[in-house]
Amino acid sequence: QGKFTLLRDTRTDGSFLVHHFLSFYLRAGCKVCFVALLQSFSHYNIVAQKLGVSLSAAKERGQLVFLEGLKSCLDLLFGEEEEQSGQPSPLQFISESDSNLKALFDFVRTSLTPTGSDSWKGLVLLVDDLSVLLSLGATPVAVLDFVHYCRVVVCSQLKGNVVVLVHSNVDSEDEENELVVNSLCHHSDLILWVEGLATGFCKDVHGQMKIIRRVSLELAAEQDHVQIYQYKIQDKNVTFFARGLSAAVL
Amino acid sequence: QASPTTSTKFGHYYDVSKTMSPELFQSIKCHSFYLPEELSSQPKMKSCNVNSAYTRLLQSIQRIIYQEGFDGSDPQKKQKNILRIGIQSLGSLLWGDDICSSDTPEDIHSLTKFLYVLRGLLRKSLSACIITVPAHLIQNKAIMERVTNLSDTVVGLESFIGSERETNPLYKDYHGLVHVHQIPRLNSLICDVSDTKDLAFRLKRKLFTIE
Repeated sequence: QGKFTLLRDTRTDGSFLVHHFLSFYLRAGCKVCFVALLQSFSHYNIVAQKLGVSLSAAKERGQLVFLEGLKSCLDLLFGEEEEQSGQPSPLQFISESDSNLKALFDFVRTSLTPTGSDSWKGLVLLVDDLSVLLSLGATPVAVLDFVHYCRVVVCSQLKGNVVVLVHSNVDSEDEENELVVNSLCHHSDLILWVEGLATGFCKDVHGQMKIIRRVSLELAAEQDHVQIYQYKIQDKNVTFFARGLSAAVL
Repeated sequence: QASPTTSTKFGHYYDVSKTMSPELFQSIKCHSFYLPEELSSQPKMKSCNVNSAYTRLLQSIQRIIYQEGFDGSDPQKKQKNILRIGIQSLGSLLWGDDICSSDTPEDIHSLTKFLYVLRGLLRKSLSACIITVPAHLIQNKAIMERVTNLSDTVVGLESFIGSERETNPLYKDYHGLVHVHQIPRLNSLICDVSDTKDLAFRLKRKLFTIE
């Protein structure tokens, strides 16, 4: 409870982790606010069905609040004036000169604040992916502020969890993105770092995942626990194995 | 489903020395966007600090999608076709963007915002879009990383002209290399990665071959 997990991918696509956490938390009975910035609802829905969860059903019973960023952006830019008299768009910052993510934060807060009749096992904020906000004009400071406010409300006040995906490359020249990623790493309780293999593409091992438990955040003298696994993604699940022990190798 | 062969060829036959026959394209509805003509009209789209050429292009695409029924909004229009969009030299001076000509562009976010909105338009309609970007002109590599993340498929063509590879006997039959930087992972956990990673291309009057 109250944990901040950072999903980080380098030279590969870590979105399989997002699909995993989404279906994991829904199956566990948590209320999930999913800020999906880069893909459509149907994309996540189709994959979730393979993993045994129906996103449409979850949405209908109020368990899943889904912000489809692409659609929201189109509504903001091409929508009629009358439609926008109500709630401000969560992605309002795109059409404004200051990159203030307050509207997005308000959306998250409203979605996860309990209404009294709820009986969810927990609350979760899931973001895929944070790096897109920089491409849309938000400054790194605005993005970090947004994450900070979300942590205060979701983790500290509501005792929920936050899971965020970011992209990063070791030799990246995107300084703004690296700034955000490094800052988030320092404040994360758990980091799942997915990387393509250094040796190049392999059919049976799609990459390696480093699991970093930030024990050092809680106990001053402790080292972080690091575990490394390799993985292979299949149609309906992902298999993990110790390094060098892929079935193809043995 | 194709059985693996030692060399897989992707190629379509065309002839750049001839013009297309009128019957071929008269039967299809074509729309074009010519920026100097569009500049005279006012954009109706809400401004989002994107440069005006991109704004007008987005508006034009949105209008075509809506009017021709590619977004399924009009059930009367039985749309059995896909809208295919081609955009050339995005990011270049032709579109009023200075990211190709300046180290410190005036508006670094115009191109990425454009791509994001375009992505939204494509996702909610029956359309596909292919864009060319003169990546060799863009000084700021961060922009290219963001452009890649906002795209589904990213393919790079690297010409041998002017590089030492031009005289390398290994490459004598080819004109350049094909780099597949990214392939889409849509509606599925897995993506279809091909076995061959080293691809080169050959451009002739009648054939573009990738081997």
